[in-house]
Order: sequence, then structure tokens, then C-alpha cells
Amino acid sequence: MNTVANLNRRSFLITSAAASGGLAVGLALPFGPEKATAQTSTPEIGAWVVIKPDDTVVVRVVRSEMGQGTVTGLCQLVAEELECDWDKVTWEYPTPGESVARKRVWGDFSTGGSRGIRTSHQYVRAGGAAAREMLKQAAADQWGVSAAELTVSKGVVTHKASNRSTTYGKVAEAASKLEMPQDVKLKDPKDWTIAGKPLKRLDTTDKVVGKMIYGMDVKLPGMLNAAVKACPVFGGLLKSFDDAKVSSLPGVRKVVRVNDSAVAVVADTWWQAKTALEALPIVWDEGENAKVSSATIAAWLKEGLDAPEAFVGNSNGDAIAALASAVKRVEAVYGYPYQNHACMEPLNATALYTLDKCDVWTGTQNAEAAFAAVVEASGLPAAKCDVHKTILGGGFGRRGRSDYVAQAVSIAKQMPGVPIKLIWSREEDMTHGTYHPVMQAKMVGGFDANNNLTALHVRLSGQSIVANLFPQNLDKGDTNPKNKGMDILTFQGLQRPGLEHAFGYTIPNLLIDHSMRNPHVPPGFWRGVNINQNAIFMECFMDELAQSVGQDELEFRRKLLSGLPRNLAVLNAVAERIGWGKPAPEGMHRGLAQMMAFDSYVAAAAEVSVSGGKIKVHRIVGATDCTYAVNPAQIERQVAGSFVYGLSALFYQECTVKAGAIEQTNFHEYNSMRIAEMPKIEAVIVPSGGNSRWGGVGEPTICVAAPAVLNAYFKATGQRIRSFPLKNHNIGMA
Amino acid sequence: MIALTINGQTQNIEVDPNTPLLWALREQVGLTGTKYGCGIAQCGACTVHVDGAATRSCVLPVSAAVGKQITTIEGLAQNGVLHKVQKAWIDHDVPQCGYCQSGMIMAVAALLSGKPKPTDADINATITNICRCGTFQQVREAIHTAANA
Repeated sequence: MNTVANLNRRSFLITSAAASGGLAVGLALPFGPEKATAQTSTPEIGAWVVIKPDDTVVVRVVRSEMGQGTVTGLCQLVAEELECDWDKVTWEYPTPGESVARKRVWGDFSTGGSRGIRTSHQYVRAGGAAAREMLKQAAADQWGVSAAELTVSKGVVTHKASNRSTTYGKVAEAASKLEMPQDVKLKDPKDWTIAGKPLKRLDTTDKVVGKMIYGMDVKLPGMLNAAVKACPVFGGLLKSFDDAKVSSLPGVRKVVRVNDSAVAVVADTWWQAKTALEALPIVWDEGENAKVSSATIAAWLKEGLDAPEAFVGNSNGDAIAALASAVKRVEAVYGYPYQNHACMEPLNATALYTLDKCDVWTGTQNAEAAFAAVVEASGLPAAKCDVHKTILGGGFGRRGRSDYVAQAVSIAKQMPGVPIKLIWSREEDMTHGTYHPVMQAKMVGGFDANNNLTALHVRLSGQSIVANLFPQNLDKGDTNPKNKGMDILTFQGLQRPGLEHAFGYTIPNLLIDHSMRNPHVPPGFWRGVNINQNAIFMECFMDELAQSVGQDELEFRRKLLSGLPRNLAVLNAVAERIGWGKPAPEGMHRGLAQMMAFDSYVAAAAEVSVSGGKIKVHRIVGATDCTYAVNPAQIERQVAGSFVYGLSALFYQECTVKAGAIEQTNFHEYNSMRIAEMPKIEAVIVPSGGNSRWGGVGEPTICVAAPAVLNAYFKATGQRIRSFPLKNHNIGMA
Repeated sequence: MIALTINGQTQNIEVDPNTPLLWALREQVGLTGTKYGCGIAQCGACTVHVDGAATRSCVLPVSAAVGKQITTIEGLAQNGVLHKVQKAWIDHDVPQCGYCQSGMIMAVAALLSGKPKPTDADINATITNICRCGTFQQVREAIHTAANA
């Protein structure tokens, strides 16, 4: 799937369709963009199925592949309805430029929020089904029979009565000229034969032989390489640089101002560019933000824990009154740090700007946003711009932003006709991230005389991603004017019932509110993002509450799960599998957690031992109810992978702020789990099916690993940790 | 001009002798399967074999690689036949994003050449590559499969 080879995808597609006589079925579905009236209430997304004469099926996928398996899952859904031969399925990315030229026929390209499959399964399957019906009709026309008399299987169309058969490849051209059926019936998932199966990924072989082309590997004729450095203090400015000091260094071609805050060296090779950049004298105007430190940020957030005004994300009853009259109150304050994504592949983008065109090759989670960045940075009309996606060497939310794309275009624009590959050093990547936001929480629970939890107040204080990234999406406060400006995503896992990150307990008097405090450090979406801290706050505190009244942590939770059967089911699943209530093996201690996020219900049960100041996580059972499981094998990998990401964050990762800048520059100061620390992960997939919204997979489970481990650690030591990462408490990972 | 022996072939390249082998491989030789992850020998994405030993090429100057046999991920398969580690990686569907896997595979191939049947403890002590996707469970299974192939 080498997108780089197709320098001009538009002409490539037109040519290939004309030369091969293949079928290019545009999935203009009933809610597609051609139906203007449907645009407001339904996504304008379509997809493409291309069938070549040799029966190869090319599924066009607009969501980005960054390791999560979305491409394979989406292809399974299309192939399921198409009834094609899975062994002949391949895929490719359309470009956002084409999408715009086609009135945005593919709609939303963004790949975040675990949405890749859950928000597109319906139209992707419908697209496969529509293509199948057209292929059947083409064969029926050829044989002069009714399409209703035909059957299809593995890309072969059969008319049993006359004992005739043909293949999709043979009727593809005729099918491409037919009207697309507007109403297609989707299969009942119980009849799935391709979807729902633990099939292997479609993109593995190139990754084990070194042939997969990531953005980092793009090479264009005559290409030069750029290294960039932005002002270490966020919001600071580039004052001046002395390019004469480096212009004679080997390979250096040009030193350019990238924007108000960054400078780049362009050289024959990236190593030369980076070497010269390190020697470049630069003067920064750091500005007021240079006074900010982790300590000043923490103090500001702490004030928010008792601030009178706060956005109310979720409430029922009267928590404040109920707490005031509670027989027993329990209180705890938690805190969560800034964290960088640290994708394995440092950020990069390759741009070619000529006076009338600008193309970019990059790994992006949001090709349309990258496209918009190219249009803006190049100053060219949209019709003259495009973005060609590569596979991502990790995304985790960071590649949803397009800052690095805009930088590449800015540099390329200063060297028209020369392709420029911009690569961020790991140090630049670490210090110019869009960080997991900082958050503190004050948790207060109240009990009645019978040790029933009657009230809970969760006060969050910290940073909003939405306020920074797209403030226009902040809550308009329609139902409660006081909530005007609220960031509902801050409440992930704590939201009102019916939302996609709904709070997972029934408590008579509940108040969950947020004092928004936005330091200058740019926050960003980050695998799971706000569920990570919210699950730690909530699920560790649930253990604290249970223990305060001497109750079993599982039983305590179960009592608060009336009317929440899916939360209860995943919790029960992990409790049963870990052996909750039965004696743990010698030296082992157990902990639990559960949460609902991205429309999935997840739970974890961990088994740990503690020795010599280190925690050994031996085993974690992770359960997910994602409504439907499109590829159980890949879901298992996402569960395990999310635990690695979440536990790396729990044990090791914090980005501290000193004089306005991030202090950690590389993995030696920002560690990540290795294989020796890997627990045994047992994934329990319990899809409940039905008509519920489909749940996501890439992110939800990440949040339950940390609280399960922390709760087990408390059982082992009696020590309750409420600030992170654990390395700050001299607790290691064995 | 520096002469390097890469995947059995001599390559004469124009490069500053202080350039890390990683960048010479990627930029002068055009072998991009070896990845840049950290530049300070922490993550292992740049792992290649130098005279058979797993080596983090991001901190090895090309001058130190002269006269040695360098093998990259592109040279691991022999005569078109995948190395048993690569086969096991496919059998176990190991890679997620895949960016670290060239280095991971090279590290594992070197481990198996010195220790054909590694224990879990051997694996823990030797394979220290970072994988942010968290493929370790499949990596371990695949190592044992390759060892028994």
C-alpha cells in the first residue's frame, strides 16, 4: 500500500479505471452528499469499492491506519456485504483533495476518538451491499435472468437453474454503469463469515521486511531535508538567528524562518540539517510564559478544587446538601500530570510546493485537517492542494494536529519546486507536543447510618482540550446557562446517562463539576485522554469508599450498578476470570476497575505482587463490551496494547514544566514499558449486540488498567497513591 | 568515500565519517527499513546487525562500521526466503503500527542466533526495544515460535 508511488492519484485512478475496465462504485448512499437535504443530520461519507478484472477487490478506506487495525476491520465489513473472496481484498486511501473535488464524497477522514469503525460501519457495509447488488444485476442482465435468481459467494455469481457462473471481475465493467440501489438490507451480524472473525491484518508483510513506507521514509526526486526548532517556551517567539554561522557547514542549503516561533535548517540530508541546527545561534523572545512551572500550574489547579464556580457535567439529587448531612464523609485529592504521546515515529511531513500546486505526504490522523493546513500555509486554492497519506508510526492523538504539516509547507514555500522532508527530532517531538492535559480532582463521598453511599461530589480542576483546539465546540449552555463554555469531554467516563462516556454508577445524590484552568502548555487528545485520569480518580476512590465502610470492593460497586447492566456485566466478567472472592496465589494482590467510554463498557482486574519498591504486574484480565466485535484478534491486541500505553503512563511518564518549557527530551527521561515488564493480558470480549451504538476499541480499555493496578497495590501495601507517575513515589515496575 | 558492507554488498558512500550508521543507511544507501526513534540508543528502532551482533545504529558512527558485516531488515531474508523470525511475526500477526518492528525483529534474530532456545528470562534480559503500541505479548509468543521452527 505504497501511497508514495502514486504521485498523482487522480490521474492514476482515472487511468486505471479506463485501462482495466474495472468497477468503481461510488457509494453515494441515501444520506450521501448528493442528497442535500440529508446533509445536516447524517454524515456525508461514502466509500469506494474497485474491482479489477482479475477479481482483486480494492476497498477505499478514509480512516487512517496507525496500528489499531481499523483498515482491516473496515475492509472486513465491506467484504462481508460484498460477498467477495477475502484473499483478494486489498485497500487504498483516497486523498482529501479528491474528496473536496467530489463535493466531499467521503466525508469525515478523521481517525480519533476510537471512531474508525463505530461511526462508519453502517455506510461502509451498505456500500459493500450496494456493490454486491450491482454486480448481481450485471450478471443477470448478461444472462437475461432475474437478479433474484442469482446467488453470490466469494466473488462468484451463480445462476443455479442454468448452471452458469461468473466472477465479479468479469461483470465489473458492466456493473459500474448501473444505477446504485438506494436501499440495501444489511446482514444480521449472526450470519457474518468475514466480519466478526479473528482475521489477520492486511498490512503485516511489508512491516516485517522493512518495506512499509511511513512518512519518515518518503523520498522524492531532488528532495532536501529539514530540521526544525521552535521556541522552547510555548507562545514564545523567534527573535533572530545567525545563519552565517552554519551556512558553510556540510550540506546546508538554507536556513529559514518557519513561522513566528520556529526556524529550520534545510540540507542535503537530515543528519546534516540537524547537526547544523544544533550549531545555529538562535535568540528567542520567551515572553511571560517563561515564568510558568509545574509548581505554579499545580497551585492554580489546586485553587480550582474549591472554586465557587464550575461547569456541571453531571448531577442528580442534591449532592452538596446530602454530603452536609451525611453520617460519614470520605475525602481525597488526586492529580494527574502532563504526558507526551511519544509515537515511535517522530513527527514528519514532506511537502512539494510549486507556484501553482502544493502536495504533502505525511502520516496524519486527520487528512482533511492536514489538507486545510496545506491550503492555508501554501496560500493556494484548495483545488491546487492535496495530502497523500502514509501509514502512521503511531498516532495516539498527536497526529490529529497539523502543526508539523503547516511547518513543512512553510519551508517548502520558501524553496519552490524542491521537495522538502521535515523531520522533528525526538527532542523536538517531546518538547513540542500537545500534551495529555493536567487535572486534579477532589473526591467527596457521603454515607448514611447504614453505610450506604448516598452522595458523591467529584470536583475536577484542570485543562480543557476543546478550549484550546476548537473553542467553537464548547458547550453552548442551552440547558443551563451557567454551563456556557463547558468542555463535555473533560467529563469522559463521568458524563450524563445516554452520552458516549457516561458515568458508571447510580448514586442518589451526585455532582460532577469542572473548574476549567488552561495553562499555556498546549493540551491534546491522547489515547483515552480524559478517561485516563477520570478512571483513576473514580475507581481508586470507589475502593477508598468501600474500604472506609469495610465492604468488599466488588460488592460495593455491584450495589451501585442498578440499571447499568452492561457495566455490571464487564465487571462481573473480570471478577470471575481473576477469581475475585477466592484466595489469591501467595504474595499476589488483586484490584478492580470499570468504566464506560467511547460507547464501550470496559473493566479490568489486576494481579500484582510488590517487592523491593517495585510492582510486578503479573496478570490483567480486561473485558470489553463494544457492542459488536468486528475482529476479535485485533481487539485482543488493542486491549493489551492499551494496557501497555496506560501502564507506561502510570509508572513512568510525566512532562514537567520549568521556565515555561517541557523538561523531558527523550526516552531516557520519559520511559516506556519493555517486554520484561509485560503482564499476561487476558482479553474477555463480551459484545452484547442488539441495537445499541457500536463501541470503540482503540482507547476505552486503556483507562481501567491503572486503577486496577493501583487498587491491587493498596491491597498489597496499604498505601494509597493519588499522584502520578509512580516513579515520583520511588515505585518501580518489575 | 567510505566503503561499507551492507547485506553482503559493498557500498561506497559519500558521507562524513561521524554520521551515525542509521542515517547513512537511510539517507545515503536508501535503506529506510531501519528506523529513527530516539537517536540516543534508548528505543532500539534502529537495530541492525554488525558482525552478527544487534547494534543500535543511531549512535554508531559509520567510521566504526567499516570492514564489518552490516545486516539490515532488508537483508534478513535469504534468497527470497523470509527469516524464521519474520515468518513467526507474520504467523502471530505481531506488528501494530509496525514502526518499531524492524528493530525488534533484528534484535530477536540476533538473540536466536546466539541462543536458539531462549527462556522468557533470556528474552526479558535481551529484548529491550520500546514498542509504544504494546505488541509485547505477541512478540514473546512469536519468539518462542521462531525458536521452535
